[in-house]
Amino acid sequence: MLAKDLFRNKDDVKTLRKAIESLDVKDINIMEVCGTHTMAIAEAGIKQMLPKGINLISGPGCPVCVTPSERIDDICNLAMNKDIIITTYGDMIRVPGTRKDISLEKSRMMGADIKAVYSSMDALDIAIDNPDREVVFLGIGFETTAPAAASALMEAYKRKVDNFSIFSLHKVIEPAIRSLLESKEVKIDGFLLPGHVAVILGQKGFMFLQYEYAIPGVISGFEPVDILNSLFLIAKEIAEGRGEVKNEYTRLVSFEGNSAARDAVYEVFKPRDDIWRGLGMIKNSGLKIREKYSRFDAEVKFKIKLTDEIKNTPCKCGDVVKGLIDPSNCPLFGKECVPDSPVGPCMVSSEGSCAAAYKYRNMI
Amino acid sequence: MMCLAVPLKIVSINEKNAVAEMDGIKRNIRIDFIKNAEVGDYVIVHAGFAIEKLTRKMAQENLEAVREVVNACKGFVQKQG
Ligand code: SF4
Repeated sequence: MLAKDLFRNKDDVKTLRKAIESLDVKDINIMEVCGTHTMAIAEAGIKQMLPKGINLISGPGCPVCVTPSERIDDICNLAMNKDIIITTYGDMIRVPGTRKDISLEKSRMMGADIKAVYSSMDALDIAIDNPDREVVFLGIGFETTAPAAASALMEAYKRKVDNFSIFSLHKVIEPAIRSLLESKEVKIDGFLLPGHVAVILGQKGFMFLQYEYAIPGVISGFEPVDILNSLFLIAKEIAEGRGEVKNEYTRLVSFEGNSAARDAVYEVFKPRDDIWRGLGMIKNSGLKIREKYSRFDAEVKFKIKLTDEIKNTPCKCGDVVKGLIDPSNCPLFGKECVPDSPVGPCMVSSEGSCAAAYKYRNMI
Repeated sequence: MMCLAVPLKIVSINEKNAVAEMDGIKRNIRIDFIKNAEVGDYVIVHAGFAIEKLTRKMAQENLEAVREVVNACKGFVQKQG
């Protein structure tokens, strides 16, 4: 049954392509803010299907890519503590810090104990199995991943797993979208909105775009028909001068979203100002562990001082995550920077724009 | 990788833990955020947690909504063309 095939029908793709071509729009930018969309768009060759004048640009949708390199340095410093086992989603291991020779992978070669996990619950299990070691889970991701970290933390609290803690790098997407719109650095005419973040937030979580900015946005699924359908709806709104938020991904996204998941996040985390690569400091855009759970907060437990000073590196990920440049405009793209020897996070993460552009480069 | 959300079918449930499978590959998942999860349900799993149920009915309705747009497009394209 699975929805996949239902939304890949070639005739539907063709009709939608033609419909998009027939719209009266000139030189519009539609931004996607989800790494899975970035990949799906590259894989299906959607950019190449669109008429000239409709540009798809990637936004800050890949959590690893928007984490500043200074934070990677902080993590690698922590990893060198012999008492600690670092547990992390695999994506983080090869991400370089402020220098190419700083990464969890390099720390591992120098003796750090780093384990890739599939879920925050696996990290908790590692803590339970290693009572004489400290186990730190790197909590990273947007609204879809934060509930998983929150649950593991509540479970650790309940079961008194005192050797478990989380280093929260979690971020929320709304303040980043607002910051992009307010800076006006990039012209954005509409948003392809992230389907799985919307599963949690609900359509209501994106209505601010309509009410406060009157900019079109469509919550979209990830199959080619979903994406083209959403792009058609966005471009049509632009052509008609409307600015509404719609939901294309109705098989999973409700207006209200998943309140149980949101409650878990609220119980454990509170908003804090946070730094984004490329976007800088954004008010209330990060998630910090509440005092009630502070003994499971790695920042408190290990007295981590977060580096706030941003260094300049040759990597242009900061411009890539703002939609300011296409990966191919980075002078290092495909030369010094390739997936096997990445200079920046956008080339490492399976959702990064540079990785997507590199993987499907021959299609262009 | 942590962002990949995949649909899996629940094969057994033990409180908030469940085993779910796709193409014969089984995985332990958590169902903390799903109301009334049952064996046989399809769920979308993200970082080891089910975040929503996916039902055949909802998928069909979604497809119908898309088809409506597609059909409207056909008329639209003809008119323009
Ligand atoms: S190609 Fe490499 S160096 Fe350039 S922006 Fe992308 S990740 Fe950074």
